[in-house]
Amino acid sequence: MIKRLMLSLCLACAALPAFATFDITQLMSDLARHKGGKARFVETRYLAVLDKPLISSGEMTYVAPDRLEKQTLKPKVESMVLDKDQLTLARDKQTFSINLASQPEALAFVDSIRGTLSGNRAALEKNYALHLSGASDKWVLTLLPRDEKIANFVQRIVVNGNRGQMRQIEYLQADGDRTVLSIEPINP
Amino acid sequence: MKSKALRSFLIWLLAMLAGAAIVAQTRFSADMSFFLPSHPTAEQQVLVEQIKDGAVSRLLMLGIEGGNASQRAQVSRELRGRLAAMPEFVAVQNGESGSLDADRDLLLAHRYLLSPAVNPERFTVDGLHRAFSDSIDLLTSPAGMLFKPFLTRDPTGELPALLVTLSGGNQPASRSGVWASRDGERAMLLAQTKAQGADTDGQERALTLIRSEFEAIRASTGRSDIRLLLSGPGHFAVKARATIKEEVFRLTVISSLAIIAVLFFVYRSLRLMTLGLLPVVSGMLAGVVAVSLAYGTVFGITVGFGAALIGEAVDYSTYYFVQSGRLGLAAWRERFWPTIRLGVATSVFGFGALLFSGFPGLAQLGLYSLAGVLTAALVTGYILPDLAGPLVHSAAPTRPWPGIAKVLAALQSLRWPTLGLALLALIYIGAVRDDLWHPNLSALSTASEADSAVDGALRADLGAPDSRYLVVVTGTDREAALAAAERAGKALDGLVAQGVIAGYDNPARFLPSHAAQAARRAALPDADTLRTRTAEALADLPLNANKLDTFIADVVAARDAPDITRADLNGSNLALAVDSLMLQRINGWSVLLPLHPAMGSGELQIPANDIRAALAGSDALFIDMKAEFDALYASYLGEAITLSLAGVLAIVVLLAFNLRSARRLGAVMLPLALAVIFVVAGLHLAGQRLHLLHLIGLLLIVAVGSNYALFFDRAAGQGELDPETLTSMGVANLTTAIGFGTLALSSVPVLNAIGTSVGPGAILALLLGAMFVPRGTAK
Repeated sequence: MIKRLMLSLCLACAALPAFATFDITQLMSDLARHKGGKARFVETRYLAVLDKPLISSGEMTYVAPDRLEKQTLKPKVESMVLDKDQLTLARDKQTFSINLASQPEALAFVDSIRGTLSGNRAALEKNYALHLSGASDKWVLTLLPRDEKIANFVQRIVVNGNRGQMRQIEYLQADGDRTVLSIEPINP
Repeated sequence: MKSKALRSFLIWLLAMLAGAAIVAQTRFSADMSFFLPSHPTAEQQVLVEQIKDGAVSRLLMLGIEGGNASQRAQVSRELRGRLAAMPEFVAVQNGESGSLDADRDLLLAHRYLLSPAVNPERFTVDGLHRAFSDSIDLLTSPAGMLFKPFLTRDPTGELPALLVTLSGGNQPASRSGVWASRDGERAMLLAQTKAQGADTDGQERALTLIRSEFEAIRASTGRSDIRLLLSGPGHFAVKARATIKEEVFRLTVISSLAIIAVLFFVYRSLRLMTLGLLPVVSGMLAGVVAVSLAYGTVFGITVGFGAALIGEAVDYSTYYFVQSGRLGLAAWRERFWPTIRLGVATSVFGFGALLFSGFPGLAQLGLYSLAGVLTAALVTGYILPDLAGPLVHSAAPTRPWPGIAKVLAALQSLRWPTLGLALLALIYIGAVRDDLWHPNLSALSTASEADSAVDGALRADLGAPDSRYLVVVTGTDREAALAAAERAGKALDGLVAQGVIAGYDNPARFLPSHAAQAARRAALPDADTLRTRTAEALADLPLNANKLDTFIADVVAARDAPDITRADLNGSNLALAVDSLMLQRINGWSVLLPLHPAMGSGELQIPANDIRAALAGSDALFIDMKAEFDALYASYLGEAITLSLAGVLAIVVLLAFNLRSARRLGAVMLPLALAVIFVVAGLHLAGQRLHLLHLIGLLLIVAVGSNYALFFDRAAGQGELDPETLTSMGVANLTTAIGFGTLALSSVPVLNAIGTSVGPGAILALLLGAMFVPRGTAK
């Protein structure tokens, strides 16, 4: 009985590549084909300390492979530009600029978005274990930090999307707070 | 006669011993004060203080190269660990994580006395509502993640308000957890020495420690491919001193040996040669004594100038020995001494002009040379003859070179071509006059180009403050100075808001005046009031009042907390920031507020007029260090021009008074003027840009060269140019050229400039003097 089960399992395994056309490699090449564009975003933060979720919204622009601009319009105007490793934050006439190479944890966090956007599997696997489910037109990619230091920063990242387009990112922080970023592409 | 000689010798010996005793007590220095103004303006005073004991002058920059990033980081951590434990260093930073947490905790603990946002309005219901809303909004920002853990403790957001003021955005890059250069190929450290910038010995000790600890680490890790780069004001000072020390010794030895060789060749007598050097040694000693008595400290460069003085002072004994041989002492005194005396007087006038310089180095050179030349002449005129006794008559060489008349004739036939060439040189000088002069003080810096390049690279990598733009306020005590800094800060805040400047540093942010702390404390409500207002302010916000108990407790505690003092900051980077911007002076304190230029304007310039307008009415001083340096140099240069002209004028008047003939005066001055023209044109053609020491060199050409012209003039007057006079002039000229010319070998720009101008100038003055001596004078 067991022997037969084993056999059919082996057969199933052998047959798998023939129809499972969607895997991480496939997703990454879909993502890498996406050269950028503009999108509206709504970011919802669920924080234990607050009674209600915090909602912010605005526009973001991605230029492959390593420039990401996030322009928050509500509740307060703020702009964040990530150019290579240089993160620049402008708020209230104040501009902060920081080279992320000096902040490994922050860099790992940023790499989760950037790696996904650009389909850079190597960059993602450097810091995270990847799990993919779903199909090409509705996939869910889960990133689990390999390093404890990064896990103190973010416990789990779940990205949803269809084909080369990212639609939603959810960050689960170590303290249980959660942020959901929904992305709606603006078609030029 | 014998007893007279003995008496002379004893007087001389006594004077020398007294001089030696003074020299033994003298402090020699090779620091920047050589270049710093002796009567500074208020702005220059700040410059002087910054260079002598400002915090920036105590910063050493360290770069670690070679190996890979993690190896460099390991060496960086180890080096920081070792150096930070040493009393010679106030602080050693390498950007290791954790060091900033201590600062943050300190700011958090004292936030209600530190935060500029704390005022009575902030703790009304409206003010609290606004502050709470802003803090909640901040949580939507990426930066908010940093502040989320502190929300219930600091819901008014004093910590973010304080952190914004911590020189934002200017942190160096980082690799493997420690500071790195922008390209990541170098690990960077910053060390602040306990020794002040002006304490060159202390700086040298600190540098030696850094090197030896680095070597020890390198040896223990076995990483021989890792290298250390060092720079900073202390490094430059130590290097400059070593250079000057080494060169002063080397130049003096070269010049002495060459001149001794010349004298020995001429006299062929050890005794005469030794006697010939007597006035020189006396002069050099007198020079150091005079400077020591007048200034207390003798600069190394001044002593280096001794090499030139040897060549000049030896002339007098040369004249005596060579010229008196045939005539005897009495006739020499009558015939030659007046001419020599006049020559000495012109030299004294030339050097004397420098005494009035506000550039201390120049004034010292002037006094040193003046005392030296005068002493050498006096020793030659009044002590040497007694000591040398009748021996001179038998031993003095009278073997003039027979070809000398032919040379003279040949020279004289070149008069018109020479004048034509001088005209061309003048036209050339006129054509290049705009880039004839070096425009700034760096021309005088001993730092090599390679060192400057390393310094620039390390500075850029560290984002180290070059503190070009400063606002300076003063107060009779620390409290008054901090209060003044707070007032100036308010004016500057306006400029930051307008975007005129990006920001500024202010020690009063971390160490507010007691008045400011008291005002903030008074703004804090009591527990019940705060609780009521907080509840009301939170009415429509997603934050629940019952989570804010730590907030209420912290505010109440701050109402009774003692003022923050400097001691509270001990061990943090904030202490370093405060100390480096506050300076205790004899009559109070001064506080520096370095300004950060607005980004994006390309050139990182600050509109000085806007700053001055904003500060108008206060006693705060805006200083552009670079402009001050440039202005300082311009004032030195302007002064040097005035002094040189005054010196030349004094010499002309002196000669006119003595010669009493316009024609003779013209004949004396013409060769000198031509020599100056040729030297200026020649230096420029050789690719040198002239600076103020070249100018002084030109003055010295006139002062020194007039001696030869006067001998030619005397000879012309008496209708003969005897071989003894010619020989003595030739020897004197050779020794002078050797003495000054040796300085041309120096890499110290001050000495090099004097050498390259006076060395050739002296020779030209002799040749041109011979060329324009009236025809038929030589026999």
